[in-house]
Amino acid sequence: MSAPMKEMTQSLIDTEDEVMLRDAARGFLSESSPVSALRANRDAGRAYDPALWAEMAQMGWTGVLVPEVAGGADMGHRAAGILAEEMGRTLAASPYLSTAVIAASVLRQAGPGAQGALESIAAGEAIYALALDEGPKFAPKATAMQAEKHGNAFRLSGVKAFVADGATAGRVLVLARTSGSAGDDAGLTLFDIDASRAGLSREQLSTIDSRDHARLIFDGVEATGDDIIGDLDNGFAALRPGLQAGQAALAAELTGLAGGAAAITLGYLKERKQFDRTIGSFQALQHRAAHLWSEIEVTASAIANAGRVLDHTPEDAELAVSLAKARAAQTAKLAVSEAVQMHGGIGMTDAFDIGFFMKRARVGAEWLGDYGYHAAVIAAARGF
Amino acid sequence: MSNATEDLAAFRAEISDWIKQNCPAALLGRPMGETGIVWGGRKWTFTDDNQRLWLDRAITRGLTAPRWPTQYGGAGLTRAQEKIYREEMQKLGAPPPLESFGLWMLGPALLEFGNDAQKAEHLPKITRGEIRWCQGYSEPGAGSDLANVQTRAEDMGDHWLVNGQKIWTSYADQADWIFALVRTDRDAPKHRGISFMLMDMDSPGITTRPIRLISGKSPFCETFFDNVKVPKENLVGELNRGWDIAKYLLTHEREMIGGGGQGLLGARSVAQILASQEGALLADPVLRADAMQTEVDTLAFSLTMERYKDQAEAGRGVGNASAMLKYYGTELNKRRYELMMATAGSDGLEWEGPHGGLAPEWLRTKANSIEGGTSEVMLDIIAKRVLEMPNT
Ligand SMILES: Cc1cc2nc3c(=O)[nH]c(=O)nc-3n(C[C@H](O)[C@H](O)[C@H](O)COP(=O)(O)OP(=O)(O)OC[C@H]3O[C@@H](n4cnc5c(N)ncnc54)[C@H](O)[C@@H]3O)c2cc1C
Repeated sequence: MSAPMKEMTQSLIDTEDEVMLRDAARGFLSESSPVSALRANRDAGRAYDPALWAEMAQMGWTGVLVPEVAGGADMGHRAAGILAEEMGRTLAASPYLSTAVIAASVLRQAGPGAQGALESIAAGEAIYALALDEGPKFAPKATAMQAEKHGNAFRLSGVKAFVADGATAGRVLVLARTSGSAGDDAGLTLFDIDASRAGLSREQLSTIDSRDHARLIFDGVEATGDDIIGDLDNGFAALRPGLQAGQAALAAELTGLAGGAAAITLGYLKERKQFDRTIGSFQALQHRAAHLWSEIEVTASAIANAGRVLDHTPEDAELAVSLAKARAAQTAKLAVSEAVQMHGGIGMTDAFDIGFFMKRARVGAEWLGDYGYHAAVIAAARGF
Repeated sequence: MSNATEDLAAFRAEISDWIKQNCPAALLGRPMGETGIVWGGRKWTFTDDNQRLWLDRAITRGLTAPRWPTQYGGAGLTRAQEKIYREEMQKLGAPPPLESFGLWMLGPALLEFGNDAQKAEHLPKITRGEIRWCQGYSEPGAGSDLANVQTRAEDMGDHWLVNGQKIWTSYADQADWIFALVRTDRDAPKHRGISFMLMDMDSPGITTRPIRLISGKSPFCETFFDNVKVPKENLVGELNRGWDIAKYLLTHEREMIGGGGQGLLGARSVAQILASQEGALLADPVLRADAMQTEVDTLAFSLTMERYKDQAEAGRGVGNASAMLKYYGTELNKRRYELMMATAGSDGLEWEGPHGGLAPEWLRTKANSIEGGTSEVMLDIIAKRVLEMPNT
């Protein structure tokens, strides 16, 4: 296989540095952000814990994709994916994907003007949201929201339906139409604006994963040429690195989530007794667990590959990224369904953690493109 | 570009040239059914001179066994080079010059467990395609429960005396030698009384009887051993420790079957069939969805083969996880062939039709998840050895 796959000289296994990063992340998150932390957040009605975010900043995670000149650690996409995977294992909630992955990847392509914004991301001070989807499915080219020209400025009006971290973010990357019509990829422009700007109102959504998702209503929000990222009418090109980085990291999170759900389930299978045996001794369940493990192994390869390709040949990343997201969405779905079923009744209770995995997996499956969206990208790239 | 990348680019150019100059044009792009395979051996007849020419040239360059040491007729390539070689072969549509159980299975086991004399005697004959091997593992009472083999070898002082029966011995009637599991201690626990033995199929007392397959062909046999005398030096490794060799060899067999070792799985690509039936595919949303899913899983699986090889290369063995490659790869291959049959429609229903022998290939894939250990056995291995699930 040629283009979509990593180059021969790169390895798909973790380097020594990556192994250390993974171990450190796993140790930290299991201490500071176990699944019980998500439960506590939910019960307190908050989407994430700012203290956890501050610690992530201290460890350099918020700057994982920020260049060193802007105070970042610049560890690359494979590292960003490893962090996301580990966050997925414990369902650690934070604006990591929106801010440290998506916004950072967009802004680092945006020239010297973005240096300040990158600095504040690395420092853990800025929180970004990406305002993109206008309907129930991910379809960036279908963007219809208007940015009308008024003298030297633009006025943005329309609704962004589902914005991750949209209620808490201080800044919003918003894609709007400056020409053309819904369905064209040309004519879109990407703006970086303050969330407090006049005319922008936000409605917090109460989503199943207990994280921050909001509807953003733009009513004549003013933006100037200084707010544009990339070129006028070519916002899609400016957004693409952020989308691809976000899709790859979300896929990694989902794979970590699948692994976390599988590990909890395996533990239960080894402990729960029925018919005077541990249920994990029943071959029917052994084979289901083994099949799930196989699926996770196969998906993990696509995750590692997407990180490597984004780090080395980002211009060819489309297929690798879509492969990762398509596989991860399916694998996480399998993992959480099997997890609940193999737990029996207790799996259905709110008191038990596995339901949190199921709910986050459903949100992650939709956000930034579902299985069908990415499978279609792959089919097109492979010529059928 | 790094030095390593440059070296590989140079290797790619060189090997591509070599293939172009040496593989007869008539062989390029020929569909590779089971009939196109060159197995070698004393009983082998080439279907045409091009096959012979191609094999001879490949032998000279060591390319029948790209990764084996040159002293045994291999090319001593690194894994990266081998992958490039296979990619270039595929790009040009060049068929593998030789396939055999010796290359796939016995060779790796001998390299690991054989003594110098055994390696020197047997490996070069494998790389030169002179001796064709078959695998004598399964017996009527020892399938999934392979360690239950009953064929026995008695120590007669200056030779072994072998009696018993094997079954499902692929190509036994065309093979020159057999590597077999035989019981050498009937009192020991069943895994501890088995030895790994090499036998010349021309030895008096060995007979074979072909069994016809659903795919119409008859490549496997019952194999009978009736007072067969076997020289003492034909025992590989330690007496009664043949199970270790058997398992080692099985991991190679499983990776080969799981990974689409060209001989058994056929090198047909879904895209080829899809391209020829494009209208049908686009019109049918179910087929289209199936094709997308199969492609997604195929790409992810091939990356997994890569990742596991990277892991092996880094000195961290793959171990029992090879059961996953066998399980996943064969189930995936069965899905691919179901998809191709569905796409081909009535064009795929003749034994030999517009898509060549697609139908018999499809039937043959059903064995992939049985031969070399069934899918259920692979899942057992994953559950017990990898996931350490309990017995009680
Ligand atoms: C085309 C082909 C070529 C072959 N070539 C060779 C060869 O060259 N040399 C050789 O030695 N052998 C060969 N074999 C034999 C092959 O290795 C065996 O068929 C295989 O190991 C299964 O054994 P069996 O046929 O006895 O099936 P069985 O073991 O009887 O299995 C029957 C069914 O029961 C299931 N089953 C068995 N045990 C368990 C368990 N513990 N838990 C759950 N399910 C179980 C199996 O998965 C299968 O579905 C070949 C087979 C085929 C089909």
